[in-house]
Amino acid sequence: MGTAAEKYEVVIGLEIHTQLLTNTKAFSSDEAEYGAMPNTNISVVNLGYPGTLPRHNKEAINMALKVGIACGCDITPYCLYARKNYFYADLPKGYQITQDKTPLCENGFVAIKKENGEEKNIELTRIHLEEDSGKSIHDMDMYHSLIDYNRAGTTLIEIVTEPVIKTGEEAGLFVSEVRKLVRYLDVCDGNMEEGSLRCDANISVMLRGAKEFGTKVEVKNMNSISNVRKAIEYETARQIESVEANIPVVQETRSFDAVKGETFSMRAKEVATDYRYFPEPDLPPLVVSQEWIEETRNAMPKLPGELYKEFTTAYGLSYYDAQVITENKETAQYYLQILEHTTNYKAAANYLMGAVRGYLNRNAIELSDFALEPLQIAEIIRLIDEGVISNAIGEQTLFPALVENPSRKAKELAEELNVIQNSDDDFIIDLAQQVLADFPDKVDAYKNGKKGLLGLFMGEVMKRSGGKADPQIATKVLKEVLGE
Amino acid sequence: MHFNTLQHLQQELVAGRVSCVQIVESYLENIRNNKHLNAFLEVFEAEALANANQVDKKVQNKNQGKLAGLVIGLKDNISYTGHAVSSSSKILEGYTSVYNATVVDRLLDEDAIIIGRLNCDEFAMGASNENSAYGPVLNAQDNSRVPGGSSGGSAVAVQANLCRVALGSDTGGSIRQPSSFTGTFGMKPTYGRVSRWGLLAYASSFDQIGPVTSSVEDMAAVLEVIAGPDENDATVSETAVPAYSKNLKSSGKKRIAVFEDCLTADGLAPEIKTHLNQAIDALKADGNEVEMVSFPYLDYMVPCYYVLTTAEASSNLSRYSGLLYGHRSTEAHDLESTFIQSRTEGFGPEVKRRIMAGTFVLSSDYYDAYYTKAQKVRRIIQQETEKILKDFDFILLPTTPTEAFKLGEKANDPIAMYLADIFTVQAPLAGIPAISLPTGTMDSGMPFGLQLMANHYEEQDLLNMSKYLFELMED
Repeated sequence: MGTAAEKYEVVIGLEIHTQLLTNTKAFSSDEAEYGAMPNTNISVVNLGYPGTLPRHNKEAINMALKVGIACGCDITPYCLYARKNYFYADLPKGYQITQDKTPLCENGFVAIKKENGEEKNIELTRIHLEEDSGKSIHDMDMYHSLIDYNRAGTTLIEIVTEPVIKTGEEAGLFVSEVRKLVRYLDVCDGNMEEGSLRCDANISVMLRGAKEFGTKVEVKNMNSISNVRKAIEYETARQIESVEANIPVVQETRSFDAVKGETFSMRAKEVATDYRYFPEPDLPPLVVSQEWIEETRNAMPKLPGELYKEFTTAYGLSYYDAQVITENKETAQYYLQILEHTTNYKAAANYLMGAVRGYLNRNAIELSDFALEPLQIAEIIRLIDEGVISNAIGEQTLFPALVENPSRKAKELAEELNVIQNSDDDFIIDLAQQVLADFPDKVDAYKNGKKGLLGLFMGEVMKRSGGKADPQIATKVLKEVLGE
Repeated sequence: MHFNTLQHLQQELVAGRVSCVQIVESYLENIRNNKHLNAFLEVFEAEALANANQVDKKVQNKNQGKLAGLVIGLKDNISYTGHAVSSSSKILEGYTSVYNATVVDRLLDEDAIIIGRLNCDEFAMGASNENSAYGPVLNAQDNSRVPGGSSGGSAVAVQANLCRVALGSDTGGSIRQPSSFTGTFGMKPTYGRVSRWGLLAYASSFDQIGPVTSSVEDMAAVLEVIAGPDENDATVSETAVPAYSKNLKSSGKKRIAVFEDCLTADGLAPEIKTHLNQAIDALKADGNEVEMVSFPYLDYMVPCYYVLTTAEASSNLSRYSGLLYGHRSTEAHDLESTFIQSRTEGFGPEVKRRIMAGTFVLSSDYYDAYYTKAQKVRRIIQQETEKILKDFDFILLPTTPTEAFKLGEKANDPIAMYLADIFTVQAPLAGIPAISLPTGTMDSGMPFGLQLMANHYEEQDLLNMSKYLFELMED
């Protein structure tokens, strides 16, 4: 297989349909909530009743603009909507309102970082706005297809890549980056299982160096990132195997069976459908001014790529730490909020990735449900930095106690728990003298050169202080008492 | 019982000399006596009387709306909650509207009384009202002649005094051409002046709702109620609506363009040509500047209009699939046969012809040759029309090249039928407002109209000029 695979070049283009988190549908004022009872979020507009008309949804346009700006796209200043005409049961008007010749966004890219460390920009062809269809359900009734029109008219953006993706790994990473991005921008929940983020792949193989692409196969129904990767890997291998065996690849649409890990044929595409696109006469052209773009840009949160750069340079975090913290917007924001109260960037990262993450994992909760404010984490860090408590006390005693009593102040709680480090020299001198008095032979040995015994005396001092002695002061005092 | 204008009627109403109930009863009687005209598809008899009674109470309490006493009919492509609406097509058999068109809401808010729905060509496609699935409408002046179309029922209802005013819709002349054929006043407002919400679409970038009336005054009164911004229609303008009625005054001394190409057009009836020349002379004599200008696009307008409107129609009518509402074939046994059989049975021949033509011009192999080219022609017509309206206040043309033709005369010749629109398609192609005025009468007694066009949103000037020209031609 290895040599065969090397002979071929794989060409993959992805189309990602992203359901926008608008409150209302694309071209009407219907609610657009997911999971409502079938055929309850509907209206005359989305059922295509006679005489109804669409209208612009500014919220949706804003969301699409954000994604376009985040990907560095060129924004089209004057866009026409288009009608894509075809007959199907879940398309009440007999056409879909979409954008054809003038997509809202063109060009741009999404950066991915591969497992071998290689970075690659996946170039985009376009991002455009369109309305979704209803949902046909073919497997709930033996004799009938059921149709839920709730989804009809909800807003989608379609993100289309250039055919520059080479492997399942790249495809998976791309989808993952897009999902991270739309979640950061709060424009889509990114849920692939519920279908709010759907990915189709166009895959072909050709001999390395060939001028013409091979026959294209479209693969649908990959409802998780790992399935995207698996489906593409399977399909690529299948096509290469087919070509090697001199069996031509058929132009068709295939679906991915996640259980078997295989793609299977859904329908052949002998003739391309003529969708008779033409400008939608019911909607005036969408004019996007430079001011609108700037306004949108200014309202955007920092993006994962920017934050990653900032965390690794300005805050000196490791690549791994920066990667983990920017994985989702909540964690990154929590981190930034801790930094509003402390300049100990590393300690903040350590707390977030250690104590906080551990707690969340153990209790299977999300950061949004976590009881402590970022300020409280910053306070623990400050108590440690100021030598008020030790590192170990901070993580093992104060943090869990604070989580249980999130309304308390960190310092008060530390006092109550009696874990404040004692830096009173006299108290430590007393302890040091007691310890040395209890181990006279060790003191002799120390004085005869076994300097390593200082650790033993330190351990005893710390034990007898109940962890409250400041280790630095204890060392200093011990050395003095030992006559150095 | 006759009142020249709504204003006159309302004075009598307020004075207690007439009631809405009496007015409605008188129209109901006229409707009964003129059933043979086939103008109404349905008369809302009991409801109209009940509403008349309500409005009479409001008049007594002095809180009636601006259109109190106005009895109006709706073309059968305007949605009215709880009432059937079918665009005179079998495909909408059994369909009842579940919401009001914006124009209906506005009429009802001002206490207009809706008396019924009016016959028309199926999906507003036609120039003779012979394409209705519910039979042709007859011209009240001569029952062997057509009333024009597609708003034939609307025009005849006003012509035969079956209601005071009727709403029609105009895509290529569907209000003005029947107005010309029936001796009524008909207006196509500026595209974007009146909301299309609730109007069953024929061609979205052309369709406008407008009134058919028996006076310019009533036209102004109705237009000022139905016009204006509507959040349900993104193509409606935010431009404020003037108080057309209050500002209505006969005013001339304007600059008027007449297309010499129209006067020399093949098929322009000599009597209509003579009448137009008389109008030009009268206007000049009264101090108006009238100039002959060249507008060499006449031959392109009808083809351009048909390419674009059939394209839009082919898409607009896709929703009539037998699935969610309207006619579903009993022969249907799966999804595809539901679509094919329901549409085959539901649509009439002219609608099918236009759906096929529109599907053809949008198909990828012919799109550029037809649709793209027609879009370019439309832009040129828009630009050239605007140029003329920079130098002139109005364009004056005949509304139609002939008077109403005989039933069946053109029914089998679609091209001849399409050419009946030759003078009316310019306004919807350019998006400008136009009014047909019943100034002419043939020796045979058949009426015909003159048409005035003005610049975008200049309805006030257009109404004022119409009042002036009509009065000038009456003298």
